[in-house]
Amino acid sequence: MIHIDSFIGLYIFMLAGFAGWIIIGRVPAILHTPLMSGSNFVHGIVVIGGIIVLLDATTLTERVIGFIAVLLGAGNAAGGYAVTDRMLAMFQTSDDVRHGKKTRRKRATHHKKV
Amino acid sequence: MIDQISQLVVGAVDLIAAFLLLYGLHRMASPVTAPSGIFVAGIGMAVAILVTFLDIFGVNAAARPFLPVNIGLAVIALTIGGGVSWWGGRKVAMTAMPQMVAIYNGMGGGAAGSIAAVELFGHHTSGLVPLSVTLLGALIGAVSFAGSIIAWAKLQSILNKPLRVPYLRFFNLALFVTTVAVGCVIAFLSLSSALSPELIFGFFVLAMLFGIMMTLPIGGADMPVVISIYNAFTGLAVGLEGFVLQNPALMIAGMVVGAAGLMLTMLMARAMNRSISNVLFSNFGDAPAKAHGAIKGEMKPTEPADAGTFMRYAKSVIIVPGYGLAAAQGQQKLYEFVKLLQGAGVSVKFAIHPVAGRMPGQMDVLLAEAGVPYNMIFQLDDINAEFADTDVALVIGANDVVNPAARNDKSSPIYGMPILNADQAKQVYVIKRGQGKGYAGIQNALFYGDNCNMVYGDATSVLATMIEAVRGLGTKAAA
Repeated sequence: MIHIDSFIGLYIFMLAGFAGWIIIGRVPAILHTPLMSGSNFVHGIVVIGGIIVLLDATTLTERVIGFIAVLLGAGNAAGGYAVTDRMLAMFQTSDDVRHGKKTRRKRATHHKKV
Repeated sequence: MIDQISQLVVGAVDLIAAFLLLYGLHRMASPVTAPSGIFVAGIGMAVAILVTFLDIFGVNAAARPFLPVNIGLAVIALTIGGGVSWWGGRKVAMTAMPQMVAIYNGMGGGAAGSIAAVELFGHHTSGLVPLSVTLLGALIGAVSFAGSIIAWAKLQSILNKPLRVPYLRFFNLALFVTTVAVGCVIAFLSLSSALSPELIFGFFVLAMLFGIMMTLPIGGADMPVVISIYNAFTGLAVGLEGFVLQNPALMIAGMVVGAAGLMLTMLMARAMNRSISNVLFSNFGDAPAKAHGAIKGEMKPTEPADAGTFMRYAKSVIIVPGYGLAAAQGQQKLYEFVKLLQGAGVSVKFAIHPVAGRMPGQMDVLLAEAGVPYNMIFQLDDINAEFADTDVALVIGANDVVNPAARNDKSSPIYGMPILNADQAKQVYVIKRGQGKGYAGIQNALFYGDNCNMVYGDATSVLATMIEAVRGLGTKAAA
């Protein structure tokens, strides 16, 4: 089992915090909503923690709350993905519009050509 | 043996998952790579969830007899929670996106709080540091959960008026201090293992109550900042519970979102020229400026058809959309109108204020939904200089973000906020439902300007009339 003591934990937090700060700092304002819902999706990883505690549950209380944790976490992850994906699929340039390219795959190949 | 192998696999896959989540987020930084970014992050999440079930080989001996039931419950919870949310996320109208993000975010906070609750009720954590971290994550998660639900209710227009009670701030402060105090008591009692479940229960109730009371006084137009900060809160709570569970993937993903959310929140607040604490605690819009509201002139109404015709023969038009466009679901009609203008040779651009709408970038998403290419959309700094050379500025359901008082009236509550200089265009049309004031409760000198005409009505029906009028002119419109 990996053991993360307090200081290693702080190092991880510090580096991850920096990474988040820098990644988001470069994002154009036009993408702020998808980005917010995208990062909303990313913290849906909490569902894993829910599964871990639920699998370890022994009492009824633990099981009920663990169930809620997985339920809510799964909702967070699935919903976050669904709305982010929907939003991002809508962004297109005027070239795409002119060529009637709407789907993600078509757009991807189109940009490779350019 | 199998226990060790499964741990190895889980560790390796979690590492890959954390990488994929970060890489996916990184790809979301440009509109071109963004769709693949969410897909990459999605794969990371999916494998991480699947591989977590390998933990069944490593559960405590005490939990082993319950394992089949627990696995079943986990699968049911995943299916129901994931299924319902997925369906909701696919069905919801684009205009309702802010409240959807709010509710999903609340779920994440609730999940983090629940994990903490299981740890506390089951006495799984010991030692002062892990206990404090559990409790801190629980507090933040519970506040984010309850606060996000209130934010959702406000955005959904279930709660309409911000709660304004005298001394509410002091009550909230007392509530917060009490919650933290109860948390400290729990931490110390846990060390001597004489902890009553009632105390833990009380802690969560207090924390959620604080989340509710903190969010109730905040007005609807400040919701972009509020959702953004609760997003950061949930990330933080997830990261902290990740430390408690000794899971680096949770720690990394949670903290990245925490930092990203904080950054986004600060960008929002800066766009309003206000501090984050001012948004959260100031009861903004409480006392609308009255004395200096005396603006000379009057609002001049005009017919939608006349405004539409005028724009048809203009050379350049800049459109400033606001929440009113989203409320009227007018984005499709707007783009239809824009295509007509473009077909007639008019140069059309969109100007987006950073806090237009109820969520950062909400207008960009609405326009994207209608099919507007994003290279027609310009942000404040990129387009503000162009208004002076533009024939027509068409303001649709926006108010405070084009109020010149922010530029020149020092006594105005929004003084100093960067605005779109729509008033500098040669002609301004404002589509507005009525003569009401904006969210900040202040008069808008733009509406009284000599170069401004008001077009009253619901944005969608006004635009429909404009389209008819322009079509009636028999243009060479290609759209």
